[in-house]
Amino acid sequence: MGYVAVKGGTQAIEQSLLRLQYERLRSGKVLEVEAIEAGMRGLVDQVMSESSLYSEELAALAIKQAEGNPEEAVFLLRAYRSTLPRKHYSKSVNSDEMRVERRISASFKDIPGGQILGASTDYSHRLLDFDLIDETESTIEHWLQEFNQVEENGEGQETATQVGFVPKVLDYLRQEGLIADCPVDFSEPDDVTRTSLTFPASRSEKLQILTRGQTGALTSLAYAVIRGYGMVHPTVGELRVGLLPVYIDSPLYPSDDEAESYFIGDIKVTEVEMLVPAMIERENGQKELNLEFGYGLCYGQNETKAIAMSILDKSLEQGDKTIPTQNEEFVLFHIDSVESTGFISHLKMPHYVTFQAKLNDVRKTRKEG
Amino acid sequence: MRIQYNFAFLDEGSKREIRRATLKAIAIPGYQVPFASRELPVGRGWGTGGLQLTLSLIGKNDVLKVIDQGSDESVNAVSIKKLIDRTTGVPSVDDTEAATLIQSRHRIPEVPLKPDQILVLQVPMPEPLRMYESSELETKRLHGENDYSGAWLMLFEQIMKYRSVSTGADHPVSVHDRYVMAPSPIPKFDNPKMHYSDALILLGAGREKKIYAVPPYTKVISMAFDDVPFEPETFNGHSCKICGAKDTFMDELYDQVADETYYQCNDTSYCLERLNQQAENKVLKEEVIS
Repeated sequence: MGYVAVKGGTQAIEQSLLRLQYERLRSGKVLEVEAIEAGMRGLVDQVMSESSLYSEELAALAIKQAEGNPEEAVFLLRAYRSTLPRKHYSKSVNSDEMRVERRISASFKDIPGGQILGASTDYSHRLLDFDLIDETESTIEHWLQEFNQVEENGEGQETATQVGFVPKVLDYLRQEGLIADCPVDFSEPDDVTRTSLTFPASRSEKLQILTRGQTGALTSLAYAVIRGYGMVHPTVGELRVGLLPVYIDSPLYPSDDEAESYFIGDIKVTEVEMLVPAMIERENGQKELNLEFGYGLCYGQNETKAIAMSILDKSLEQGDKTIPTQNEEFVLFHIDSVESTGFISHLKMPHYVTFQAKLNDVRKTRKEG
Repeated sequence: MRIQYNFAFLDEGSKREIRRATLKAIAIPGYQVPFASRELPVGRGWGTGGLQLTLSLIGKNDVLKVIDQGSDESVNAVSIKKLIDRTTGVPSVDDTEAATLIQSRHRIPEVPLKPDQILVLQVPMPEPLRMYESSELETKRLHGENDYSGAWLMLFEQIMKYRSVSTGADHPVSVHDRYVMAPSPIPKFDNPKMHYSDALILLGAGREKKIYAVPPYTKVISMAFDDVPFEPETFNGHSCKICGAKDTFMDELYDQVADETYYQCNDTSYCLERLNQQAENKVLKEEVIS
């Protein structure tokens, strides 16, 4: 009883929620929000990115409540986001000001500032580390002590905790005249959380929806682009992970003067500038190869997502609507985690009335047919 | 960090924005007004459009009713009522006549609506032309140019194929002789209830980010051809097993023990009310006899 549209729904829901609570607590262990924030960086970053809400603490709380289910955690945070009034828009963030902790270029080995591997799983062997089963706080402490010792002695190695400013790889290429100059767009960005999407979508709208998009969906579609639905092989011009300072104007005295604005904190982001070879046709029918680029930026360290975003950005710019991955309506409408899981999961709700109506139609076509 | 939620969950700026879109929708009957739909604590596709309308409209003096598939007690209706009660403190009722604000999924109540009531319908697919045109840019243009030949063609093709329309619970309607509108997935049976309705009907699609409206006393005609008239669902002379009603939308149910199909009013509060009325009449009759 209960799920069926008769009396009893209230009680059924209460029991179901009770059961859910039980499933979370049955082992008798408490998962501390702090521990999630500290030890589940990958999930925290993914959830923040898809929620478009930058708060490691709230993301960790959502992950705890959602029992580690990312789509559910994103759902919780997005809903919470709806209760927050929008008080300020930050000043444009310039990614040149990033305090870089990781940056690589797959296009050029010799880049100004050098390649910085930083923290990455790329070259780790994905072997289960059974020692982690016995990891305790005292073994961690010991490891940390040793690590810091090496750090202080500065034993000839640049270490992972260092951050610094480095020039953009693409700027260097531009100076060389290898890629077209990209003028800065000073127009006010559209805010997709405050206005409804219309087509053709502006570039700011596209980038926002891509950066809020579900990591898996973005990855699949970008995979389709490079596997056979659109584009040839793109190359990572630069991928960088680091901290970006965010400033807002003084609410009382808005001005263009940097010194008058308030620093409200750092956000960790992943930024990708992707080089994409493209054919251009000259007036006399001559064809020429050119390097264009796609852009990706998302909260946290989400490298696959940022790369996928940069591929889809370029793909959407090409805009041949007969190719699904270049069709902005197809891509932008379907990559949102909350929207796609919401509508798919609504199929679990009762559809008695619609089905009865359809049944009526089916019977009618049979009888009269 | 302990957080207190605002009255009716959304912040005041968001509520005002939704009310503005609603006013525009009322001013242009049947036109889908885009709005910046907010994420809510219920699934996107589980009634967030209706819920945003309700949350932006509800005041402390309102009397709320929420139904899903005709039932006040259905799990989704209960869940939505719980959320509204938790964030507003406004209690809800089952009695359709007592409510000022009625949120519904897939049904218009059997009891005729009154002028001071607002009916909010939850809409999954607001675009009546989506069946044959997948592009939003294109459907917007078609609405603008009043080009509904595709919708007519769709109905015509259904008749050619099946000898009757098979639009199920989403038969397109023409509103005020201008916009063709998806009446949310209400069964064809309920379509005529929108025609010159005494109450304001608001339709909200959260995931698709559209609000549209049928203002009171507005012409709403279900699309049909002269020689193949519009036909709502029929229940072939069946009557409700509980209250005996013959003229309501009914659920078809199966009794496992008796191995037979029986019918029952889909609108449970209407059914209950009829039952109470019958019991009262019986008592009155008995009093008269004694």
